[in-house]
Amino acid sequence: MREKKIVKDYTKQKMLVFGVLVGMVILIALFAPYLTSYDPYEQDLGNALLPPGKEHLLGTDRYGRDMLSRVMVGAQSTIFSALLLVVVITVMGSMIGIICGYHGGKLDVFLMRLSDIFLAFPGMVFAIAVASVMSGGIFNAVVALACISWPKYARITRSQVMAIKNMPYIEAAKLSGSGTLKIIRKHILPNIAGAIVVTAVLDIGTMIMEIAGLSFLGLGATPPTAEWGSMMSNGRSMLQTSPWVILAPGTAIFLTVMIFNLAGDTMRDILDPRQRKG
Amino acid sequence: MTEGEDMQKILEVKGLKKIFYKNKVPFVAVNQVSFDMVAGECLGLVGESGCGKSTIAKIITHLTPPDAGSVLLDGTETLYKKGKKERELYTKIQMVFQSPQDSFDPRCSLGDGIMESMRNRGFRKAQATERMYELLDMVELEREFALRYPHEVSGGQCQRAAIARALAPEPRLIICDEATSALDVTVQAQMVKLLQRLQKERRLSLLFICHDLALVQALCDRVLVMYKGSIIEQGIPDEVILHPQKEYTKMLVDSAF
Repeated sequence: MREKKIVKDYTKQKMLVFGVLVGMVILIALFAPYLTSYDPYEQDLGNALLPPGKEHLLGTDRYGRDMLSRVMVGAQSTIFSALLLVVVITVMGSMIGIICGYHGGKLDVFLMRLSDIFLAFPGMVFAIAVASVMSGGIFNAVVALACISWPKYARITRSQVMAIKNMPYIEAAKLSGSGTLKIIRKHILPNIAGAIVVTAVLDIGTMIMEIAGLSFLGLGATPPTAEWGSMMSNGRSMLQTSPWVILAPGTAIFLTVMIFNLAGDTMRDILDPRQRKG
Repeated sequence: MTEGEDMQKILEVKGLKKIFYKNKVPFVAVNQVSFDMVAGECLGLVGESGCGKSTIAKIITHLTPPDAGSVLLDGTETLYKKGKKERELYTKIQMVFQSPQDSFDPRCSLGDGIMESMRNRGFRKAQATERMYELLDMVELEREFALRYPHEVSGGQCQRAAIARALAPEPRLIICDEATSALDVTVQAQMVKLLQRLQKERRLSLLFICHDLALVQALCDRVLVMYKGSIIEQGIPDEVILHPQKEYTKMLVDSAF
């Protein structure tokens, strides 16, 4: 006789674990300047390129700056600019999506064709072009990535709005004398927020990588700002002689992206169980 | 109810026309429909699915624009109005929808749904809540249902709440668009009783859209038979059922009894 195993649902426990991890990453980034034991910008050429050891847990870079301090401070610029980016594109994209989905007509056709153009373009190439026109800086990198990332949100929101705008409860709200703005705020937004939030959280990881990618190419953070992408770029010539210079920020990106993605996955399981993977 | 010249006409529908385009092929959903309703009357509108009954309801309530025709409420044109004037219309006309659960926002409690029209008209929260409880009493729903969500109640209970919501602005005309079709037979009977009682108590006019002739016979003073977008027969339900004039009406009567 075969015993059937009952698989317990650990979704809530998973959410707790990943939630705490995300919280820790954000807290570290937030309080990085107070947590570091060295000044991340102070050069000490006598101690350049020290391997990881007691004094410097992750070693030092070629100007003798402490890698651990730089990775922690770098978290600030990388993670917060990614969060800012996600918030900007979520708000912008879903606003455009709601207008298109609810209003329809020529404006919808125009905005959707515009988003088709953006979607048909290789995103990173476009971001590189925009960022280089605007001449570097992490804020400009955020703007460049926002320009290419909003269509996805506009599309998702638009299709969600179109799916529910003809539901009888929207018609009933109209019959109750609610105006368009109230219907959108009270009846449409709460019913589509789940899908948008899940997409946004799942996108944080991607956005961290894209910002780091632009910085790696020298189009994001400008030296000497500690930022994971530009730190990796600085270390790439020393990959064979002092690998810790590139491995430290690389591992930081890897772990952070993984934590955000796993948290996003679990959040989707909770908010949107239909899309759940087996 | 007897027809009389002194009876006040509450609703006059004249030459209503609506054409839908599907893949650019025109389909006439409503073709030159005209009818009147007097105050306090219960008018049945029967016909098979897709014959244009619901489209008429949607045109009267401004959910779909017509291609031609006019709708007069108390002698004034209601169509082509926007904004505030349109919202004024909804204090006079209300609608009860076919599927009760879908007609309430899944994220709002039934009480919130019933209070929405009152809040929009500037009622204070306490005032609206009190009135909402009165409305629940009126439709014989216990007051605790105010806090429930649409998926937590049965279809019949939800439809009672929907009737309470329709009554909230104290309208003169309620359109029931297949309001009983999604309910089982015993609940249907309760719903018809409730509507009959409310109609008498509040001198409501009812436009009862339905595909069930038996229900119409039980509830309505007059019936219109619709077929392919046009009204083909009208009269007192008993007469229409006993002596149908048109072939289609005969078929409808035969299938109902």
